[in-house]
Parts: sequence; C-alpha cells; structure tokens
Amino acid sequence: MTNANNGAAVRAEHVAKHYRMGDTVVRAVDDVSIEIQPGEFVAILGSSGSGKSTMMNLIAGLDRPTGGAIYALGEDLAKMDSGALAKYRSHTIGMVFQSFNLLPRMTLAENVELPLRLAEVAREERPARVKEAIERVHLTSRSGHRPTELSGGEQQRVALARALVNKPTILLADEPTGNLDSKTGDEIMALIAEINQSGVTILMVTHEQARADKYARRSIVMKDGKVVSDGGRP
Amino acid sequence: MKMRDLTELAMRNLREAALRNSLTTIGIGVGVASLVAILSLGVGLQDLVSSRLTSSGLFNAVIVTSRLNARGGFGRGRGGPGGGGAFGPDDGVNTSVLPRALDEDARKDLAQIPFVVDVYPEIRINTEVRYNDTPYPTMVSGVPQSSKGTGAFDGIEGSFFSAPDAQEAILQIELAKQLAPTNPNGLIGQQISLNYAERQELAPAAAGGISGGFSVVPHQEQLRIVGIVESEPTSAGGGFGQVRLMIPLEVAEKLQAAQANDLRSVLGNGAGGPGGSNYQSLTVKVGDPTKVESVETTIKDKGFNAFSLLDASKNLSLIFSVFDAFFGSFGGLALVVASLGIVNTLVMAILERRREIGILKALGASDGDVKMLFFTEAGCMGVMGGLLGVLLGWGIGRVINFGANVYLHRQNLPGAQLTAVPIWLVALAFVISISVSLVAGLYPASRAAKLNPVEALRYE
Repeated sequence: MTNANNGAAVRAEHVAKHYRMGDTVVRAVDDVSIEIQPGEFVAILGSSGSGKSTMMNLIAGLDRPTGGAIYALGEDLAKMDSGALAKYRSHTIGMVFQSFNLLPRMTLAENVELPLRLAEVAREERPARVKEAIERVHLTSRSGHRPTELSGGEQQRVALARALVNKPTILLADEPTGNLDSKTGDEIMALIAEINQSGVTILMVTHEQARADKYARRSIVMKDGKVVSDGGRP
Repeated sequence: MKMRDLTELAMRNLREAALRNSLTTIGIGVGVASLVAILSLGVGLQDLVSSRLTSSGLFNAVIVTSRLNARGGFGRGRGGPGGGGAFGPDDGVNTSVLPRALDEDARKDLAQIPFVVDVYPEIRINTEVRYNDTPYPTMVSGVPQSSKGTGAFDGIEGSFFSAPDAQEAILQIELAKQLAPTNPNGLIGQQISLNYAERQELAPAAAGGISGGFSVVPHQEQLRIVGIVESEPTSAGGGFGQVRLMIPLEVAEKLQAAQANDLRSVLGNGAGGPGGSNYQSLTVKVGDPTKVESVETTIKDKGFNAFSLLDASKNLSLIFSVFDAFFGSFGGLALVVASLGIVNTLVMAILERRREIGILKALGASDGDVKMLFFTEAGCMGVMGGLLGVLLGWGIGRVINFGANVYLHRQNLPGAQLTAVPIWLVALAFVISISVSLVAGLYPASRAAKLNPVEALRYE
C-alpha cells in the first residue's frame, strides 16, 4: 500500500466526472472525496441522477474520472492501462447489478465459471471454486439451470456467486435489490451482509434508505454529483 | 483468456445465432469451394497432361546419338522408318571431349549414369503378320521391359509381357480389329506368325573380302498375343510411328531383322546393333524426371549428342500456372464477397451482444480478450468454411470427373481424372479461408474491444 492510501480499501480524492452534452457540461460526479476502510459495509444513497452509479463505475475502473484520483488497495487507478484495469476488475473487485446481467445462454454454473476463465484460473481448479461459490449462495441444486429458469432472487444470488468466485477484496453492488420484491430483497441483503462478515468490503449503491440503515454500517448520500452527507466521514 | 476458453466461448456464441452464422460460413465455404474446384481442375488437367506425356516416354527420356555420325539426330534408330529428321541443335556440346561411337560399350556406360533406369535402341521392323493364313503388313516395335511401370500400358486388355525374352506380342486395337473384327479381345492367348527379313552377317570371304556384308533371308517367328492397347504407347520405341504390334525389346534385338539403313552401314561406319556394330541412336530412360537435365549434361560430357523435351515440359507448367492464376482469381473474388459477409455478421453480433461485452468487461475481460473473442469467432467460421469449402470443392471436382467420364465413355474414349485435390491444395484452401476470415474479423473485433463498458452495460 502506498502512503496515499493510508490502509484504505478505496480512497477517492476530489474525484470528478464531467462530460459535455451539447453546450451543457454535465457534472455527474463533482469533487467527491471518500475513504472506505477494509471490511466496511458502505451504502451510497441518492436519488436518480445523483451520481452514485457513476461513482461506482469509477471505483470499478469501468470509467475514468476527468479529475481527482481513486486508489484501490493503494493502487492509483489512473495509472493503470486498460489491461491492468481488467486485471483489477478480475482479481480485486466483484460486481453485482440491479438487472443481474447473467448471460442467458449459459447455465448457472457456467455463468459462475466465466470470471475464472477470464482470470485464467487452471481448469482443474475451477469446478471446486464454482461449487464453493454456488454453495455460498445456497443454489447447489440449481447449478445446471439457465437464468431464465430461475427467479429474480435466485438470479441475483447467481450474480453474487459469480462476483465472489474470484475471491475479491471489494464487492460493488449497484442497486442489488432494485428488481426484487421486499422479501427476496431482504434475503439478498442478508447474504451480502454475510459476505461482509467474512471480511469482504462492500460498497452498495441504493436508493432504499431503510435497507441501507438496516444492513450498511455507513451511509453516504449524494446529490447532484456531490457528497451531501457521509455517516462515516472521519 | 486462454485459447481453449476463447474457442469454447466463440463456438458457443456462434451456436447462439446458428442460422446467420451458418449462412456466413456457407458463404465462405462456397468461396473456398469455387477456388478449390477451379484449382483442382487446373491441377488435375496438369497432372493428366503430365502423366500422359510422362507415360509417352518423351519427358523422362534422353535421345542419344553419336557425334561421329554427322547426320545424327532424333528418332533415327536402327529401324529408320520411324525416325524423322534432325531434331534440334546439339546445344551445350563439350568440344573438349572426344566424340565416341554409340556401340555396346557406350550403351553399358550410359546405363551406369545415376538415375538412368534403362538404355535401349529403337527397333522398328517392317513385317507381315499372319493370322488365319491372312497376311497383314505391320510395323513392329521392340518394347523395353521398363515401359511396364511407366503407365504407358495402363488400360491394357490382357497383360504386359511375362518376361523380357518372352515370345509374346501386344496388339494395337486397330490391328486387333482387323484380325478379329467381331471379337478383338478374343485374340488374347492366340498365336500369330511374324514374317520378316532376317539379316545374316557374311564372312569377309563370302562378301568378296569386304567386311560388314550381309545377306537377307525370309524368317518366321511364332508369337502369342498377351495384350491389346488402345493406342501405341510411344514410349514403346521412344519415338513416333505407326506401330501396330509390340514385342519385347530383347526378342526384337535377337530377330536380327534387316533395316532400311543397313545398306548405309555396309558403305559407311556401320549402323548395326549387338555384335560389335554401332547404334544409330539410343534412348536413355531417367527414373526421376527432375534429373533429366543432369543426366543429359553427363551424357554430353561423355562425348555424345543428347536431346530431351524438358524445355517443352517447363513451358507447360508455366501455361498451367497462368491458367490456375486466371481462374483462381474468380474463386478469390467469391472469397472477398464471403469475407464481407463475415464483417457484416460480426458487426451485427456486436450490436446484439453489446450488453454481453459490457458484462465481460465488468467481470475482468480486457480489451484484448474481447478482441480475441471476436477474432476467434471469425477464425472458427474460417475453419468451418474452409472444411466445407474443401469438401464442396472436392465434390464439385467429382461431379466434373463423373460428367466428363460419361461424355468420354459415350465418345468411346478412355476415362480420365480431370480434377485432383492434392494435400497442398487442401492446406492452401484452409490457410486462405482462415486468413480471409481473420482479416475480415479485424475490424469488428477492434470495434468490439473499443466499446465503452459503462455504455455497453446500459444497453438494452
């Protein structure tokens, strides 16, 4: 870890993401500085267009900021080329999305195996890793099923298993319960909390204040691209 | 991502849009097939012409004459009548080597040259064949045993001579039809008589003290017919002529038949054969056609004139290469069109799989992985298209062969293989198919790799 990191899992310093739409400059993220320690469960709250998903994408290395810097486990994402960023997404973080983003033509097990293929994990090692990840989300009996044969809650569990199979340090969840009913949403949140208890840092984007209050240990509220409150700000 | 994983994912993706990808692959296959079919026709025709010319004995033979004979030339053997005039200048004559007589010693010396499989004189005899007491004036040729394996007697009815000194004969079909109009093939196993003028050497005393004199007496030889051929294999004598009956060369030499130019040998330096006199010309058969040139040079260095039709063979290859290139370009055009199909298919796939590309990138796929995935898909289509194209091209070749042979059969002509798909053509087709597919996949793969993952994930 570098000095710039101070041991943080994620540290964002004056991060900005501005882009031009016609004559207007849209400030999706504007001078955001946050620090997330290892093992934290942080919820980023905000209404639609507040910049929380953009912030998530910047931390995931899917997008590059127009200003500021983001450090993940001490590494400056701005200094990584696209290959290094891909490796970072493969080995350091796991991602789950509101719409699950499973590949419909693959079975549950094949979807979970996909990150292992991308990370070039040895073939003989993969079945055990896939089995372990599927067991962790309690879907062992459905491993041969395709996503269309699973319920929304089950699909999100598969997405969680896929995000965890490479044993990431940080889990980024973008509205993980947004497409689920209340009961199923709670089950998924309980699972995410369980994952957090195993030591994985959780950064969750949500607009559901109640769930954030119930499961996250820290809430950051964003509005118009800026952080307006940070429950855990030192 | 490892190549095996890439290939598995690529094949899975191709199966997803099975119809579209199949049509694209068929497009490549048709392009490759047209190329294979055209080139196989070119190769087949070249093989056919080459094999016919090789079996004719002209392209793997060197005609040797003596420099002592000022009128030396091609095809003027002991038999004379089959020979023509001089057949080209004696290029590359090594004037520092003393000219040598073309005698029995020279024949043995020539046989020792590496890659030479046979050395024999051309023997053609004017005879009268008798069958059922009916005479048939016939030109007879001595056939060396080495002609058996050259393909010159492919398609023979019956068999080749059982031994180099067998009292056997092979008929040309026209003579056979004359002897037995209703059932020429029934002649096989029958006996015929060969009436000819035998040359008998005279002792100098009997010839008024002049050496080399001879007398001519009628002689008859009994022969058993063992085979019938469609046309005269010119390798039989190493030259051209209206030969209608062939006998083993060894038998022909023992006949001591009088020749038209025997009169000249009496007056000049001799043009006899075994028994101390000189040959007018000898045919040197080379086992490997590529060694003809070196054998020819060696013969010239030994003090003889030598000539082969090698240069004509080289021109033939050039003509066929031009033919292949010209018609192959049409096949190439079909491949270019097919490659545009690949571009179109993969660009469509990018649009359809935009979200999937975003997911892959979110899960850790690098730009290179995405590029390689699309590249592999293009390559897989190329491999399958190549396989399909080779099979289709081979099939088209078979159809051409079948149709041509039906036509040839109706024309009472012997069958022929007009197309050939050698292993190098299969390999070439695969290389071209895969190369074209990969080039076609360059743009879509590059475009897929450059997709912004955030935008791709938002894509519905």
